[in-house]
Amino acid sequence: MIVRLMGEGQYRLPDDVVSRLNELDDEAQAAVEANDEPKLDAALDEMWELVRSSGERLPDDDLSASDAVVPPSDMTLEETKRFLDTEGLIPDLS
Amino acid sequence: MGLMSRTSNVVRAWISKLLDRAEDPSVTLDYSYERQRESLQKVKKGIADVVTAKKRLELQTQKLEVELPKLDEQARQALSAGREDLARAALERKAFAQQQLQGLDQQIEGLEQQQEKLAASEKRLAAKVEAFRTQKETIKAQYSAAEAQVRIGEAATGIGEEMADTGLAIERARDKTEQMQARAAAVDELVESGTLEDYTSTGTELDRELAQISATRQVDDELARLKGELESGGAQKELEAERRK
Repeated sequence: MIVRLMGEGQYRLPDDVVSRLNELDDEAQAAVEANDEPKLDAALDEMWELVRSSGERLPDDDLSASDAVVPPSDMTLEETKRFLDTEGLIPDLS
Repeated sequence: MGLMSRTSNVVRAWISKLLDRAEDPSVTLDYSYERQRESLQKVKKGIADVVTAKKRLELQTQKLEVELPKLDEQARQALSAGREDLARAALERKAFAQQQLQGLDQQIEGLEQQQEKLAASEKRLAAKVEAFRTQKETIKAQYSAAEAQVRIGEAATGIGEEMADTGLAIERARDKTEQMQARAAAVDELVESGTLEDYTSTGTELDRELAQISATRQVDDELARLKGELESGGAQKELEAERRK
């Protein structure tokens, strides 16, 4: 599947690592719910590392949509929450 | 729901908000392309803003670096005049200036990282915008209306993701830049209100006191010289008076 690391780009990820990515994703989500910043950082760092090391980078001019999007690993817990909020952190283009 | 799904939802919601504005599918391609070009302009402006903020901090660094040897010299002068209190004040200001310099180095480094991230975003987005432009013409020329609409949707979503990604990078860079500007402004304000002595301007209290010392010395020297002249003059007169007798 195609995974986007926000702020870095897209990767094509082999099927055999997708389940590991999903596990880490659950840990990251649990960390957000528990307001556990170190745990969130650790889970996100591992997700990024997994995608970078097992994935194949898509060229910049590829227009494929991603199947999964991983948030930036260097955001604080507070930033991550704001980003996931309905209001969002991404500004409107107008 | 995991963090990735929530993130995808945020991105997809942003894209549909963007594309909903073009209700007629036939204008979606051109409309999307227009927004893409705006997105590119925004990231360019974001880079320029970061560079401006960085320059301001670099200028503050230069000023402080000029100030350090001056403060050393002032401390030496004060000490040679027997004013340990003033020497201490000068060295305290030097320590403060050095602390500021360290902070500035870190901030400049932080802004450099933001600049690099934005430059990488711009490069990726530019490559996708160019690919979209080519594909747009192909889709218009080669596909039936129904087929074209599917392909338009795919390409618009693919590039919309990159635009959302760039938008987030710009917003985060702006946050960081604003924090640093606010901090720099707060230091300026403290300096102006006199809470901190302005280490970058001349004519501070320390300068005035040192000038006072050297003025006092000059007066003392001149007094001594005049006294000496008077005394030797007095002695001369006594001699002359003696001779007349």
